[in-house]
Amino acid sequence: MCICKLAHLDQKSSTGEKQAEVEETLKRIQAHKGVIGTVVINAEGIPIRTTLDNSTSVQYAGLLHQLTMKARSIVRDIDPQNDLTFLRIRSKKHEIMVAPDKDYLLIVIQNPCE
Amino acid sequence: MEILYVYTRKRSEFGRPCSFSDRPAKVSVDIAPNPAMASGFVLRNPVDSAVQHTSDMSEHEVNTERVEVESRGVNHIEGGWPKDINPQEVEQTIRFRKKVEKDENYVNTIMHLGALMEHCVKQNNAINIYEEYFGEEEMAEVEDEPPSAKTVNVIRDPNVTKRTATHLSWHPDTCKKLAVAYSSLEFQQNAKDMSFDSYIWDLENPNKPELVLKPSSPLVCLEYNPKDSYVLVGGCYNGQLAYWDTRKGGLPVEVSAVEVSHRDPVYGAVWLQSKTGTECFSASTDGQVLWWDIRKLSEPTETLVLDITRRGLREKALGAITLEFEPTMPTKFMVGTEQGIVIACNRKAKTPSEKITSTYSGHHGPVYALSRNPFYPKVFLTVGDWTARIWSEETKESSIMWTKYHLSYLTDGCWSTVRPAVFFTTRSDGTLDVWDFLFKQKDPSLSLKVCDEPLASLRLQDNGCVVGCGSKLGTITLLEISSGLCTLQRNEKTLATAMFERETKREKILEARHREMRLKERARSEGQGTEVEERPVESPQEVFDRARRDFFEVIEAELQRRARAGTHRPGRGSASASELKHHAGEEAAAEGEEGQVPRDEEEDAKVSALQLRVPSPLLPAGVAAPRVGRGQAELGGSLPAGGEQRVPDPTPAPSAGAVAETGPVARTETFVLVTDGPLPS
Repeated sequence: MCICKLAHLDQKSSTGEKQAEVEETLKRIQAHKGVIGTVVINAEGIPIRTTLDNSTSVQYAGLLHQLTMKARSIVRDIDPQNDLTFLRIRSKKHEIMVAPDKDYLLIVIQNPCE
Repeated sequence: MEILYVYTRKRSEFGRPCSFSDRPAKVSVDIAPNPAMASGFVLRNPVDSAVQHTSDMSEHEVNTERVEVESRGVNHIEGGWPKDINPQEVEQTIRFRKKVEKDENYVNTIMHLGALMEHCVKQNNAINIYEEYFGEEEMAEVEDEPPSAKTVNVIRDPNVTKRTATHLSWHPDTCKKLAVAYSSLEFQQNAKDMSFDSYIWDLENPNKPELVLKPSSPLVCLEYNPKDSYVLVGGCYNGQLAYWDTRKGGLPVEVSAVEVSHRDPVYGAVWLQSKTGTECFSASTDGQVLWWDIRKLSEPTETLVLDITRRGLREKALGAITLEFEPTMPTKFMVGTEQGIVIACNRKAKTPSEKITSTYSGHHGPVYALSRNPFYPKVFLTVGDWTARIWSEETKESSIMWTKYHLSYLTDGCWSTVRPAVFFTTRSDGTLDVWDFLFKQKDPSLSLKVCDEPLASLRLQDNGCVVGCGSKLGTITLLEISSGLCTLQRNEKTLATAMFERETKREKILEARHREMRLKERARSEGQGTEVEERPVESPQEVFDRARRDFFEVIEAELQRRARAGTHRPGRGSASASELKHHAGEEAAAEGEEGQVPRDEEEDAKVSALQLRVPSPLLPAGVAAPRVGRGQAELGGSLPAGGEQRVPDPTPAPSAGAVAETGPVARTETFVLVTDGPLPS
């Protein structure tokens, strides 16, 4: 019994550790030079973690989700074996980087120049 | 080997084997030509017949119906939350978020994505991929792509009865909005259902005007206030002035009182530079220029009657068609008139007669456009009749440069705001011309047929690249000019300065020379009082009698000369040369040569008809004057010489010369009449 409990404890702490790691990763990304904001959104377009205000996050969420879907479908239409790994949109003011996944989207807005 | 399929066929079904054999040729049919039918044909020689093997193509045009598009926005409000969670409730959303964050899938995904993302973020920070490496070097001469322009947008008058777009005005800040005045300038030809409205268009939506301005009479001109972009002033067809505030809708905020307004359509209304930003002035063909303060449109603050004799008489006033005002020179302004004269005025003069400082005449018809060069305020452009002319303020006698005479009227023009020697003109055959005077003066650098109907107005945006032209049917075409014509070249300013100065100097020299000759002529005609019959003041009848007398005397001389023509020819040249020199004064040495030159030309040409018409301050006028003077002097004296001076070497063809003078003025117009056969003397 004790062993089981210990094992259970280990598992729990590992998720806890992992969560801490996630926090740390996101914080590190945010701390890089020029990064304006970070948003993590899920498949429904709900911002899970964001450093921007709610309305902006919602806007980014809705718009970029659709764009990522479109971009992915373009890549796959051209070559069905291919898949979208990263999306970068460079605009006059800053660069929007989107790392897509099946369930989540990680969006970072950075100002690339000094 | 296995047999897959067996195919059988009877030998008899194959068909008989072919056995070919030769046979001599045999004529089967012989149809002899029937000569009787030849009469129905015409022999063609040579015969040119072309054969081409291509597929038949036909050309079709398809034009879709104009689609009206409207922009609509979609608002993405928060969504995606599961049904049980109310997005407004902060607690619930936080709880949901925390739940998601605990999900293992989430954690793994984010780790993976985070690594990817960090790589890119660092990449961005490491190097700027759009860095300008060779920014310091001068861009290599963008090799002259031929100048071109492309239509950006076309805005049509939504009404059924189309009216002319008489004036355009860009919104002062954004240049995305265009105010257009529509009216019909045909005299008394307004259709009953013609609408009076003018519109403000937003370029994003060319289908529907952003604001409809409803004056009581169609607007002929319309201007945005450069200081306050919500206020516009418009001059009406009935002479009133109205002003609008776009925040307050389409009806004018105030209209000037009819009694004190103009009596003719207000052709020009321009905002003035003032502290309050509410002053403007207007001009019309009734000969008045009125200043207004828009806060009080019940009466004008100041008036000026465009009478160039400076007596302020309304009857003698010239009708104004266009106004020009440069904010950098707030006291001076210029008016272009219907009579082809440009009047420069000073607002701050003490007396009304001094308000008119100078006049410039040179156009044959109304001056439709007048604008100062934004780089050289002393140089201004006028557009009227069939030419566009460039003037310098200092030279009042004539323009310093001009374009050739076109086949159609020029209706509007303006300088480019970016390049000092480039200007635009529109023509009544629907063409827009872009002139680069540094590069080519004979022809426009770019000539574009914008539409089939005449173009009535032209306005350049402040950036110098986009120009709007309004046509007679109310269509406004926006064109973007290629960058070659709207970017300042390297030495352009210095070259343009040099060109304008050179031309101004040339005109000044010509003016000075002309003035000199006039003075000399005057001096000589005073000095020749004994030789010439005294004509202090002649009545028209006396002038006519004198002309008649001169005419017949010349004919006589010619007849006599012709009788002596054969024997006199060799010696004539020198005889008349000496006579010329004898009669002229010391300064006429040059003029005598000039007098000889046309004579020599006449001899060389051996024309039987010569028609001389000498209009302007160029040398031949100067020559004609002393020649005339001398001729008159000689009339009393040696006739043959006088006759020879003017009449060309006679060929057997009949010719007779006569000179009719318009009086002892330096600027004479000399006509030579030609008749067939000898005249009764």
